[in-house]
Amino acid sequence: MSPTEFKPVLLGRVGKPDSQSLATYRADGGYEALAKSLKMANTEVIDLVKNSGLRGRGGAGFPTGLKWTFLPKDVQGPIYLCINGDESEPGTFNNRVLIEEDPHQVLEGIVISSFATRATTAYFYLRYEYGRCYRALQKAVDEMYANNLLGKNILGSGYDLDIYLHRGACAYICGEETGLIESLEGKRAWPRIKPPFPAIEGAFRRPTVVNNVETMACIPHIINHGAEWFQSMGIPKDPNNPRDAGSYGPKLYCISGHVNKPGLVELPMGISARDLIDQHAGGVWKGRKAKAVIPGGLSMGFMTNAELDTPLDFNGPGRVGCLGLGTAAVVVIDDQTSMVDVLYNACRFFAHESCGQCTPCREGTAWSTKILERIREGKGKLSDIDLLMEIANSIGTIPGTTICGLADGAAWPIKTAINKFRGEFEEYIKSGRRSESLALAGAH
Amino acid sequence: MSELSENAKQVIAEHLPRYPSKQAVTLPALHVVQQERRYVSNKAMEEIAELLELSPAQISDTASFYGFFRTEDNPLGQKRIWVCRSLPCMLRGGEELLAALCEKYHIVPGQTTADGKLTIELAECLGACDGAPCILLEDELHLRCSLEDVERIANEPNAPNKKA
Repeated sequence: MSPTEFKPVLLGRVGKPDSQSLATYRADGGYEALAKSLKMANTEVIDLVKNSGLRGRGGAGFPTGLKWTFLPKDVQGPIYLCINGDESEPGTFNNRVLIEEDPHQVLEGIVISSFATRATTAYFYLRYEYGRCYRALQKAVDEMYANNLLGKNILGSGYDLDIYLHRGACAYICGEETGLIESLEGKRAWPRIKPPFPAIEGAFRRPTVVNNVETMACIPHIINHGAEWFQSMGIPKDPNNPRDAGSYGPKLYCISGHVNKPGLVELPMGISARDLIDQHAGGVWKGRKAKAVIPGGLSMGFMTNAELDTPLDFNGPGRVGCLGLGTAAVVVIDDQTSMVDVLYNACRFFAHESCGQCTPCREGTAWSTKILERIREGKGKLSDIDLLMEIANSIGTIPGTTICGLADGAAWPIKTAINKFRGEFEEYIKSGRRSESLALAGAH
Repeated sequence: MSELSENAKQVIAEHLPRYPSKQAVTLPALHVVQQERRYVSNKAMEEIAELLELSPAQISDTASFYGFFRTEDNPLGQKRIWVCRSLPCMLRGGEELLAALCEKYHIVPGQTTADGKLTIELAECLGACDGAPCILLEDELHLRCSLEDVERIANEPNAPNKKA
């Protein structure tokens, strides 16, 4: 399917007049999927989502239907669904647009998913910065209660559900699912040691599913159009790799940085970064070339210009040394930008956002920032490059030294910047020059 | 004299039935207090703790984890403006915007102007990279901001104690 033929699914209602209201959502066929789901057995809904091949849109790409089946079979007492609306990965804003423009689409997905997982309460954890989203969601939730789409006996089905909005307080770590749960419970957002996974012991020590906002927005469309329709889009699973779950469905790609038209684009999964930049973002700005591109949020690391034909599906970025597809948030860095400044910005972000629980992450992110500060002041040593790599190779869940993946996200920008742009770092250090954009005094 | 307003107590009471634990009301309680007072005092934390059947240390532990909440000796100004410095904004002038704003108001990030009107904060990714450089005024995003835009936003009269 060529990009020009593609009709947006998730963004289909964005830009229409009054797209946030229940009346317009229903006029466009909204909540028909919910009515249909409530007539099915909850296990049929799970099977449908499983067969669609939908993988979580929050970053890790775990198959959604499979995640739901990890809930214990005979649970006595409550099950919770937590919606991860803590979107904070640098470059990422797809959930913000989905919620601001079409909150009912997300909420319909939440009710269907709650029904499928037999959850009786859904907590929508929303980052504090999204005030407009919060007010749009609260208005939509109120409309739902007034129209028997929430509360007791939804649409006469006998199924009861409450959705509560819960606002965060500006901490990136709350996007880690167990950090989110701790924060929801009123504690510092320190990720938990797993196992037990949330499906067994999550929010309030009860079985819990945590799903991303865009994942929820996909659910009503899968119910309406079926698993085969969803699999007609994207990149099929690799028959030679039994562990590949494929990259199906529509995907929201965020494009930001040095492009002429930053914004949000919906396409079947698997477009290349080069086509995304040239055909959907107006190309690199000021007639320049891309030096480096982040494929899916800062944590994923960098691709070089030569790697831009890599498909942005769940497997592509990993083949060129990036951590993965992440949030599919593409950040373009032009050829006039210093990779030393870019990497410094990345390290500073992770040092600021490390929760401080695990020593390798807390110290590793802080020291990598200090080393880059020194380099930017013209006082770097060539051995600093290997020192940065040593830090990057020792922090995270992949070397097995931390509880959560934040440190892996901190390590990948370092590894990919140095592996792919080592010459630039060496030249910078040898020249002894100072960065043109030194940090503001007193700013941390 | 109670440190928590009647409204704050009511908001806390409304939130209690939503969660199976009282501790889960910690963040909603801290939010309502800071919105009303521009800081969360030790006394307010003690009163929240009493309502949630926790120790004051548990409230303080959570409040201090998030850089968001202010103590009594460091209250917010009437307006709080966050300027994003993360990579997508940095690539389009976010750091220069933050620096210019600080120079204009003679403060460093985290500080409040002497007249108590404006607090400037540095922010990590605000989730509006399509509109870089972006800022956050209280909880409303403003996209594609120049220094003049931010000054205008800072000077606009508004009701700072907007309800959650």
